[in-house]
Amino acid sequence: MPFIPHTDAERAAMLSAVGARKISDLFADIPPAFRLQALRMPEGLSEIEVYERLHRLSHRNAHELTCFLGGGFYDHFIPAAVDALASRGEFYTAYTPYQPEASQGTLQAVFEYQSAICRLTRMEVANASLYDGGTALFEAAMMAVRATGRNRIVLDSGVSPIYRVMLRSYTRNLHVEFEEVDVAHGQSNRARLQAAITDQTAAVIVQNPNFFGAVDDFTDIAARAHSRGCLVIASVYPVSLGLLKAPGDMDVDIVAGEGQSLGLPLSFGGPYLGFLATRLALVRKMPGRLVGETVDRQGRRGYVLTLQAREQHIRREKATSNICSNEALCALRAVIYLSLLGKQGLHDLAQLCATKAEYAKQRLSAVPGVCVKRSAPTFNEFTLELPIDASEVVARLVDKGIAAGFPLGRYYKGMENYLLVAVTEKRTRAEIGHLAEALESVL
Amino acid sequence: MNTSPSQLIFEQSVPGRRGCTLPKLTPAEAACALRIPNKYLATKPPELPEVSELDVVRHFTNLSRKNFSVDTHFYPLGSCTMKYNPKICEKIAALDGFAGLHPLLPQLRGGGMLTQGALEVLYETERLLAEICGMDAMSLQPMAGAHGELTGIMLIAAYHRDRGNRKTKVIVPDSSHGTNPASAALAGYEVVTVPSGPDGCMDMAAFEAALDDQVAAIMMTCPNTLGLFERQIHRIAELAHAKDALLYYDGANLNALLGQCHPGDLGFDVVHINLHKTFATPHGGGGPGAGPVGVKAALIPFLPISVVVKRDDGTYALEYTREKSIGYIAPFYGNFGVILKAYAYLLLLGRDGLQAVSENAVLAANYIKEKLKPHFDLPFDHTCMHECVFDAGRQAARGVHAIDIAKALIDRGFHPPTVYFPLVVHEAIMIEPTETESKEDLDRFIAAMIEIVEQAKANPAAFAALPVTMPVTRLDETKAEKNMKFRV
Repeated sequence: MPFIPHTDAERAAMLSAVGARKISDLFADIPPAFRLQALRMPEGLSEIEVYERLHRLSHRNAHELTCFLGGGFYDHFIPAAVDALASRGEFYTAYTPYQPEASQGTLQAVFEYQSAICRLTRMEVANASLYDGGTALFEAAMMAVRATGRNRIVLDSGVSPIYRVMLRSYTRNLHVEFEEVDVAHGQSNRARLQAAITDQTAAVIVQNPNFFGAVDDFTDIAARAHSRGCLVIASVYPVSLGLLKAPGDMDVDIVAGEGQSLGLPLSFGGPYLGFLATRLALVRKMPGRLVGETVDRQGRRGYVLTLQAREQHIRREKATSNICSNEALCALRAVIYLSLLGKQGLHDLAQLCATKAEYAKQRLSAVPGVCVKRSAPTFNEFTLELPIDASEVVARLVDKGIAAGFPLGRYYKGMENYLLVAVTEKRTRAEIGHLAEALESVL
Repeated sequence: MNTSPSQLIFEQSVPGRRGCTLPKLTPAEAACALRIPNKYLATKPPELPEVSELDVVRHFTNLSRKNFSVDTHFYPLGSCTMKYNPKICEKIAALDGFAGLHPLLPQLRGGGMLTQGALEVLYETERLLAEICGMDAMSLQPMAGAHGELTGIMLIAAYHRDRGNRKTKVIVPDSSHGTNPASAALAGYEVVTVPSGPDGCMDMAAFEAALDDQVAAIMMTCPNTLGLFERQIHRIAELAHAKDALLYYDGANLNALLGQCHPGDLGFDVVHINLHKTFATPHGGGGPGAGPVGVKAALIPFLPISVVVKRDDGTYALEYTREKSIGYIAPFYGNFGVILKAYAYLLLLGRDGLQAVSENAVLAANYIKEKLKPHFDLPFDHTCMHECVFDAGRQAARGVHAIDIAKALIDRGFHPPTVYFPLVVHEAIMIEPTETESKEDLDRFIAAMIEIVEQAKANPAAFAALPVTMPVTRLDETKAEKNMKFRV
């Protein structure tokens, strides 16, 4: 049998040591009425057969389309060293570092990941990872509810619609109320956001850049929120922080986000990486694993899981969250990626994406009938207004080998003619030109 | 094992050093000025390391050599099922046609026509897992075991709400994983803990006393965390169902039951399983995992969206409109890369292979239990399933505690078993050998444990200094709590 080393002779020796006649005797506790003869599924296949089958299936996916899809999930280049290092068995076949002396590799890497996230967001403490950007935002919201003792949350509709529906699913059985504030011309509606924040508000949740690609500075929202004892939660796109003002510099209290863009493949939606960072004052309200620095008996520096009294294995129903497994290997990929890119590299990358996006705007707005929404500055993603339904247009562009973007009518009523287009460093001038020509030909 | 001290990657920074190359802008692109006003921009770039590619490669390679892992060491960590992770599964998950697939692609044409291969993987994996669990439908969306628990309890809450039931409590046994009560609480329930009886199974009298009309669900692990099959499980299901409470299966220990029985037949209404335990996907140093949930027919209307369906013409589609659904619990379809590895594993093993998994896992655990029984207290001396739980009480009386035994094992080249869990055993040592370890390795482990027991009698004072072969000796956890240094 695959991966089972025991020979019949070894099994017989073990059975005899156990004092059983046959293996089925070991299952005698299962009432006979429930014992199975065989599962209703096929026989096992060889490695060659499994590879061939799945290799064939992988070709029944349109991954070769030139990708202008974003929506919070981006087709960035992944340096080869990320895969080479993260595929070391010592990293990926280890478990949660419960025995710190035998897990210093994982623990130091997580400590470095936490440091990198703090430096990127300009916050004081980051946890060891959560599942994805959406669950991270939910955990951030619950932190704010616990920290303020309030249960009302103001939600900017520029926050990803995917995350907004996730927030509603998760809070269905909890006493949390949301007030959604619609964006105005693709940007946060200042007056309405300010007005929505009251003495009853636990948190206001914003996103930068927002779902339409618009960049913002939420310092004024933070000032208003803090004057009402309310916290500010921001969901951010980490690559943009090579260029954009960090949430920590806007006085944001909790930063949550999706780390996929930091060296993780798109992989049809996961595994991804939820990151969460906050101020030290809120650390005990934080969910998830946290690695801290300490010393061993000889005074040598080392790392351990710490502040575990927040966690489910100690506090059970009183824990700050139920999370146990997180996305450690994805966090490792992120810190390797950020180390390779480095201080200047991440800045250059962000600049490259933003400049290419400006070029794409210019090229696409030259297509007759196409208009770029110009009301707000953008980073690497922007909204196009088309003369016809955008879902119609993207379907036609698939035939030209292009995934042209995301039709916003899927999530926003009344925006059927709008297309969300993302540009990463992987998109060449030729590909952008091809998109413009193809768009012109299908309109 | 690399025992040299490691600088942090940030400490290796040299201003101006670079570790990556980026494409140049064409003149036409470069002519486009950025239109972002200064007030939105950072005043300086984030303080990331300034290192070369070789610096990064050497640093993380050297760090990896400070880890125990399944690929390098026997790792009998109870309740975690640290079995071998087949390499072919990694290769499959990295195929461009899977790894390079944007999750929004299904929305560009005909409800999934651009991702038929990926949707087939999801659909077929659901079918196989539903058969293994004896459930009517599965959702692959939960991204870890605890996430599966939360999803399962949200499904149960939706079920009761739909029926007009007012239920406020969830029952868990005292031997349950901490995630069970934490998940129930996060779904808004009050948690009621029921003690274990003298046989290590749930105390039936206490259970019946706790089971009132307010109980929405009972969360059980089977076999339980003592490695014992819950012999009254069918009775528990009957009593629960009589009160319209649902029975929840924590599948952490499903490795013991693969192909032996269907949890669904035992009376479970909702299950979650851990692909990163039972179905051989790697644990990644703490994740990512995947925690699919399975349900009986009555709960299908509440499953999270989207739902993968097979059309009459044999193609696959995603459905987004389900009136009674609990909604979105993941951004897309779950941890697809992990699901893919589990699917490959299921195809490799097939029905006979899966049955052989449980047989050999249970045999190995009983073998260790019998061999170590003379040397350690065995609180529940009964045929175990995939893991066995000893109590180091005898050794602790001489000053050598479960944690000391763990550290002594590290010096002998074994990752320690789980210690101090389940909480119902004071000095618990929970050993799960899995089916993939050879008899020689099991014997070496047994010999090491016996040697440690002898040393505990002869020289208990020596244990405090262990381990001595690692990059660090025991670390000061109190200092970590006090210093609160979580970053540089």
